[in-house]
Amino acid sequence: MHNFEFVKPGTVADAVAALKGDEAQALGGGQTLLPTMKQRLAAPETLVALSGVDEMKGICKDDEGRLCIGGGTTHAAVAADGSYPALSAMASHIGDPAVRNRGTIGGSLANNDPAACYPSAVLASGATVTTNTREIAADDYFQGMFSTALEEGEIITEVKFPIPEKANYQKFVQPASRFALVGVFVAKFADGVRVAITGASEEGVFRWTEAEEALSANFSPAALDSLSVSGEGMISDLHGTGAYRAHLIKVMTGRAVSAAA
Amino acid sequence: MTNVTMTVNGKSVSGNVEGRTLLSSFLRDDLRLTGTHVGCDTSQCGACVVHVDGLSVKACTMLAAEADGAEVKTIEGMANADGSLSVIQQAFQDHHGLQCGFCTPGMVMTAAALLKENPKPSETEVRDYLEGNICRCTGYHNIVKAIMAASGQDVSAIAAE
Repeated sequence: MHNFEFVKPGTVADAVAALKGDEAQALGGGQTLLPTMKQRLAAPETLVALSGVDEMKGICKDDEGRLCIGGGTTHAAVAADGSYPALSAMASHIGDPAVRNRGTIGGSLANNDPAACYPSAVLASGATVTTNTREIAADDYFQGMFSTALEEGEIITEVKFPIPEKANYQKFVQPASRFALVGVFVAKFADGVRVAITGASEEGVFRWTEAEEALSANFSPAALDSLSVSGEGMISDLHGTGAYRAHLIKVMTGRAVSAAA
Repeated sequence: MTNVTMTVNGKSVSGNVEGRTLLSSFLRDDLRLTGTHVGCDTSQCGACVVHVDGLSVKACTMLAAEADGAEVKTIEGMANADGSLSVIQQAFQDHHGLQCGFCTPGMVMTAAALLKENPKPSETEVRDYLEGNICRCTGYHNIVKAIMAASGQDVSAIAAE
């Protein structure tokens, strides 16, 4: 790993100021960034640790009943919360216990790994990503593999989740890395169903709109029977072909609907 | 260089570290606490698991500077005050929960974190919790058995396979 200057501000304002420097990079829990830096795929000159920003940690509910999770909140804290059961269940299966004690929701979303779990929960829930400057709707936030609406130096301070009537996340794990080969988050709201798929597409997380329409009319795995997903544009690698991933999308969506509670 | 001060196994320590110094390097190279092993250095294997402020973390994937002011516990801090093995360590010995021993420090630290969270875990819960700790010798069976025994549960029904 190349060396860098380490700074640990105590407020969002100080973190934003520190990120204005040349080649400055925010550090969440470091569970992806540090391995990336070890491989010299990233070499910031200044690393701005967000772990000292207490105002970005914690979980609460706002007046609209949304679950508001600070950007610096760990996966372990979300797993333990339980007020949005499907979200907590999803968080409880990210990485392993030690990774969950460090990794943060803000870090995961800023990175937008195409096989990460969190993007599917945020997109399926229609959550709002709050930064130091603005609020970004989930539908506008994810812009392809490792790409987001975040500007240079913008920090995710909070994520606000509307809590669905029913929801479930199903992950088909890639057996070596335990990342999602395909992950499906299904969320049923009073006004319709949202289905978000991670792990599968070359474009990163996406909504499976045909399934959303079918499930909004009839929230049952049988509603998916007549649908099929094309393997085109799906990730093909030694773990599975695009066609295989496309097949898994339908299977895992069905399982998520069956398990949704 | 940054000066860091932390409590390691009950003792206050400090040192000058580079930004990039990993907690695992600080423990091993600066403090000479070489019980924390570095296996993969990619946060997969779990040989480097230590506790920071009571939570298990992979010391190879945390900066030493991030542990400034923290309470750190390593395998060297696990024995009882009189030097005898702790319940978990003794259970690993009694149930042959190790062969080469390389993964053992991380296994013991992860087991301690589990039993703190969940004092009477089921066998499935133990196996799930060990997801981030890799052992290439034992096939995990006796590790699981040792952790179950350390939790005070009867392991006579778990056959030695």
